[in-house]
Amino acid sequence: MPLSKQEWLALEKKANELRRLTLDTTYWAGSGHIGGGLSVMDILVVLYHKYMRFKVEDPQWADRDRFILSKGHAGIAYAPVLCDLGFNDKELLKTFNLSGSTMGMHLDSNKVVGVDASTGSLGHGMSIAVGTALAARVLGKDYKTFVVLGDGECDEGSNWEAAMSAAHYKLTNMISFVDRNKCMIDGRTEDVMRLEPFCDKWRAFGFIVKEIDGNNIKELCEAIDFAYANETDQPVMIVCNTIKGCGIDFIEDNYLWHYGAFDDEKYEKAKASLDAFYAKRVARAEKEGE
Amino acid sequence: MAGGMTYTAIDSTSLQTAEIYGQALVELGKAHPEVVALTADLAKSTKIGDFMKQFPDRFFNVGIAEQNMFGIAAGMAKAGLVPFLSTFSQFASLRSADQLSTDLCYQNVNAKVIATHSGTSFGQAGSTHHAISDLAVTRSFPNLTVICPADGVETYNAVMAAYNTKGPFYIRINRGFDNTLYNTRDYGFEVGKAVTVREGTDLTIIACGSCVYQANQAADFLEKADGLKIRVLDMHTIKPIDRDAIVKAVMDTRRIITVEDHNIIGGLGSAVAEVVVESGKGCAFKKLGVPDKFAPIGLHEDIMNVLGIDANGIINAVREVMKADFELDDDWDDEV
Repeated sequence: MPLSKQEWLALEKKANELRRLTLDTTYWAGSGHIGGGLSVMDILVVLYHKYMRFKVEDPQWADRDRFILSKGHAGIAYAPVLCDLGFNDKELLKTFNLSGSTMGMHLDSNKVVGVDASTGSLGHGMSIAVGTALAARVLGKDYKTFVVLGDGECDEGSNWEAAMSAAHYKLTNMISFVDRNKCMIDGRTEDVMRLEPFCDKWRAFGFIVKEIDGNNIKELCEAIDFAYANETDQPVMIVCNTIKGCGIDFIEDNYLWHYGAFDDEKYEKAKASLDAFYAKRVARAEKEGE
Repeated sequence: MAGGMTYTAIDSTSLQTAEIYGQALVELGKAHPEVVALTADLAKSTKIGDFMKQFPDRFFNVGIAEQNMFGIAAGMAKAGLVPFLSTFSQFASLRSADQLSTDLCYQNVNAKVIATHSGTSFGQAGSTHHAISDLAVTRSFPNLTVICPADGVETYNAVMAAYNTKGPFYIRINRGFDNTLYNTRDYGFEVGKAVTVREGTDLTIIACGSCVYQANQAADFLEKADGLKIRVLDMHTIKPIDRDAIVKAVMDTRRIITVEDHNIIGGLGSAVAEVVVESGKGCAFKKLGVPDKFAPIGLHEDIMNVLGIDANGIINAVREVMKADFELDDDWDDEV
């Protein structure tokens, strides 16, 4: 599914709207996991607005593609995506993290419509994805399973159990991503617990690895097209080099913004920064799009 | 009477409890194409080899990776399959506790954990392979039904009930042979309802797992030797616990002893005690089980003897509790 310029621009517009909605949700909630929410946003936008098969009016449709946000703390970005699509009332975002809300920072699949797995405790999502991918095989269904891990999350050994099994079972109906923003709560990933050589690790576990700029819509689409066209029996892992807080200049690439809050002044600055970021992204799409 | 070494008679005509589970699983597999089986390199030990042979496309050995197995099962259940996961109780309840809690229970998926080698039944393997905390852990997980069947027959009933009831189940069964308590499957097994193995008015023994057989042996002996009428309840469902049966035992017999192959902290005894205390009714009460220590190494029957959860130990405990003369207490009428 090659990306036309028009489509690219539409995806940029959607990504901008959803970054803004994520910022708003963080502002309404008082605080949130904005850093990792903004780094993963382009992956969410591309999947939900270009590739994934689903029916908003039938969220449990058995043939839908599955999406598992293993880095469940990015719920503050995922909830806006699902609400914007109409799975849930957008007004619910104003209750995010508030007492009595159906939306907490880690989304509950039994409360938030459209969520395929309740995640939050890290190192769970990839195993669940292996399960839904194997189930497709048992049930004779052709849906795909998409899973997004955080990079810090990859410290958890359970991911590597899952990785081993994804390759062992030749799960080419599962496409994996790591949001490699190189930050975790206590510091840079390479300072807290070294991950490099990261791509080699995934290769050693049996994956075909594509390493891309995960905040570049075009590169994301190319990588997913590559995964769709994969005719080997190895699963594909797309390592997405991203920027934590992508789009808001004063929080970008700063692990201290793993979880943060915006006062009115910062909120206004953040909105202005998102506008400027969008303008740059549009200019790139206009220039590089075909 | 039942002595201290009566538990494991190697009876070549009977089946190990896990083998009965294996047969039940094949039966379910034949009838229901959505049933799948998973194990973590313990297909032989957990006796699900027949399912593997008959349904190779629905059998998944994930290697020695319990956490992954639980996550995979959750994903499968979310997609409409009914996974049965088999591994040792110690690993099912502790190694993958986060996955059991978060992936299976929190998401409330229709997955069934068959945890084998429970309690001290893998005696010679030592405490790394004894599961003496699994009931304490699992019964604190919301949405999870926790069952500890008394024998192979009850295991069959529990496995079938698990299939027929939506939601996550944890069924703990023993390694090896269990003495057979029930000679028919048709004794009215119902999840959450204790089975009255024998009636009595002097004292109630509430037991689970292999301790039910031992309790029944003890009651039999005490009836003949001491003239005691002892009620024996097979409390196979640890959660949801049969509150009515417990309160009735308090009111009818005023003396309760619980027996379990599990730490006395957090398991059946604690679950029963919670109900007794909340009932506000007076009752002499004693818990038998693993006394908050790692159990010794040995044959299961020997360990049960050392722990006092075999018939001999139960007899001694009953005699001790029968000495409690609390009914003559002046304050007896003060109970609420």
